[in-house]
Amino acid sequence: MKSKKIVSLITTAALAFGIISGCSSSKDGSSGSDGKQVIKIATQSPLSGGSATLGEAIKLGAQMAISDQKKAFAKKGFDLQLVPYDDQADPKKGVSNAQQIGSDKSILGIIGHLNSGVTIPASEIYEKNQLAMISPAATATDVTDRGLKVVNRICARDDFQGPAGAEFAVNTLKAKKIFIIQDKTAYGSGLAEAFRDAAKKLGADIVGYEGITVGEKDFNGVVGQAASKKPDLIYFGGVYAEGGLIIKQARDKGLDIPIMGGDALDSSSTVQIAGDSVKNVYLSSVAGDVTKVEAGKKFADAYKAKFNKNVESYSSYGYDATGILLKAIMSAIDKNDGKLPTREAVSQAVRTIKDYQGIINKVGFDDKGDNKFAKVFIFKFDKAEYPAVQQKAISK
Amino acid sequence: MLAHIIQTLPQVIVDGLTLGVVYAVVAIGYTMVYGILELINFAHGEIFMSGAFIGTTVLLILSSVGFLSSVPAILAFIIIIVIASIATGFLGMGIERVAYRPLRNAPKLITLITAIGVSFLLQDIVRFIAELKTGNYIVSAPSLFNEKIHLKTSSILPQFGDALFKSSFLVVLIVAIIMLIVLDFFVNRTKWGMAMRAVAQDRETASLMSINVNKVISVTFFVGSALGGATGVLFMVQYGSIDPYIGFILGIKAFTAAVLGGIGNIRGAMVGGLLIGLLEMFAAANLSTITHGAFGAEYKDIFAFAILIAVLIFKPEGLFGKAVVEKV
Repeated sequence: MKSKKIVSLITTAALAFGIISGCSSSKDGSSGSDGKQVIKIATQSPLSGGSATLGEAIKLGAQMAISDQKKAFAKKGFDLQLVPYDDQADPKKGVSNAQQIGSDKSILGIIGHLNSGVTIPASEIYEKNQLAMISPAATATDVTDRGLKVVNRICARDDFQGPAGAEFAVNTLKAKKIFIIQDKTAYGSGLAEAFRDAAKKLGADIVGYEGITVGEKDFNGVVGQAASKKPDLIYFGGVYAEGGLIIKQARDKGLDIPIMGGDALDSSSTVQIAGDSVKNVYLSSVAGDVTKVEAGKKFADAYKAKFNKNVESYSSYGYDATGILLKAIMSAIDKNDGKLPTREAVSQAVRTIKDYQGIINKVGFDDKGDNKFAKVFIFKFDKAEYPAVQQKAISK
Repeated sequence: MLAHIIQTLPQVIVDGLTLGVVYAVVAIGYTMVYGILELINFAHGEIFMSGAFIGTTVLLILSSVGFLSSVPAILAFIIIIVIASIATGFLGMGIERVAYRPLRNAPKLITLITAIGVSFLLQDIVRFIAELKTGNYIVSAPSLFNEKIHLKTSSILPQFGDALFKSSFLVVLIVAIIMLIVLDFFVNRTKWGMAMRAVAQDRETASLMSINVNKVISVTFFVGSALGGATGVLFMVQYGSIDPYIGFILGIKAFTAAVLGGIGNIRGAMVGGLLIGLLEMFAAANLSTITHGAFGAEYKDIFAFAILIAVLIFKPEGLFGKAVVEKV
């Protein structure tokens, strides 16, 4: 009996020691394999869960920017590395990741998040750690409206995306009676509210404003309600997992009217779920079609060659956001006489970027961290095929 | 207001029945296991989900070898549902053998936690396999029954609006009802059913009457899980898109249905499932009309659960449950 206890004690001790040493070795990574100083860029996006397709695109975009610039950093004696974190689109997970990131001193900036609901609490932690964050996709107004010094984004805001969608729906599609469905998340309801208010101002009649629960599959109740009100457009504020099903169930109820949604429908999974029903679906997106511009085509080809995947909507923004962060780090290094800059210096350098030429549009941050050149793009599915066709670009 | 509710009623009933029969069959799985072991088998929702995934896999294999185009859809559907239910039946039996049987004499709470553990395990195994094979764990199945049917309910009563549904609704409804009737017959009219009821009543006495209790419990798990798996296939046919987490919310609602009907009572579970489905759909379609926009469709679950609470206050044993006299 006693010997058993001793053995178990020893094994526990060995295990604990292993864990501790494992931790310390990962934290000690300030000097790389060949004596170079390590600079890490973290991405935080959902790599699992319902919006993994979009989160993965951000990560891959960042990965591409980093491998493009690895050499330039190596010349200055730095080893550039990417550390992808999975926030699972869950605020709790995002915050606990943010705390981990904060304690890893070699991380100088974060690319992410996808979801506004995760960005908002996590950015409080970044602010405490003076860590620069550039979000390619968080559109909620509160992301930058809190006036945090480290928070930036390159996409448009919800209070612009919603009105831009409303303008297109009312003025171009001539919608008079609009039914709105939202998914009760910070993103979905924020977008839907902005759309509702703008559409009302433009003279449209809002015949219904309903919520659904994320994770369910049967939305026939709400869709049936919409059908009975006979609207000429349905607007959905939410993500593709529910959006695809709502589109499908609306078509099954004989609603062959245009259905419009926000940027979170901009995914190949929308088409996969909705199938043929996806025809006549419009979406406003903060990310444009990369293949419409020359630089974008090149990017799409390189992306395909590297990852054997087609570009998703946020791939190019992930790439741009990382490009901006790296540019800021580079200028901070130069200011610091070629030595490793502080996190504070990096986040100040990010905010001073006023004229960065991204793949689709320019990026220049205002004093809140919003991109002055952000545009909203309207897309339409003409056939059951991704990507949708770009219809119009609306700028401020 | 009332005119609007009546006008949408046929459509609400059609949609509510679809959801309701799914809840009903899943609820039976909960109630059967509870009746016999007094265990709330939280993994049952995940067995339902596994059934949906197994069904989709078989469907995708069949369509890739060109089998689908050569036979009528209904035959393919029967093959799929039989394979999926047998597979999930054995899955349920295996879970009982590995996870629950060793704990049969342990405190109830431990088995309950084990059941929750098993459900997480199944979720992640399925997610892992789906992601490995398709790169995305939300899987879309090709639809088998797509004809739209227009039910002219307005000709029966002018106040009614028309109901519109896909032929898959009929398939789901008919298959679910067949399953319910066969199960009812099985439990009430066969020797195995009698053995099951005996074990549910008193396990020890039943074993003294030369009933092989272990075998009966295995059969119960097989039947309950096979029904759950078959319902997964019905769900896949109706909604066309599945993910590893569909079993969670649906499992909770089915469990609620079982409680509403009186847990341990099979007919109660059927009625409870239909009721919850219809109530939920009714609330989703009409809640904002009734409350003049104060509460939207997002409060539909609260509506259904409020009714559950109301029923349990006045009839704590559920609608069909019998008040059990505590054995001394």
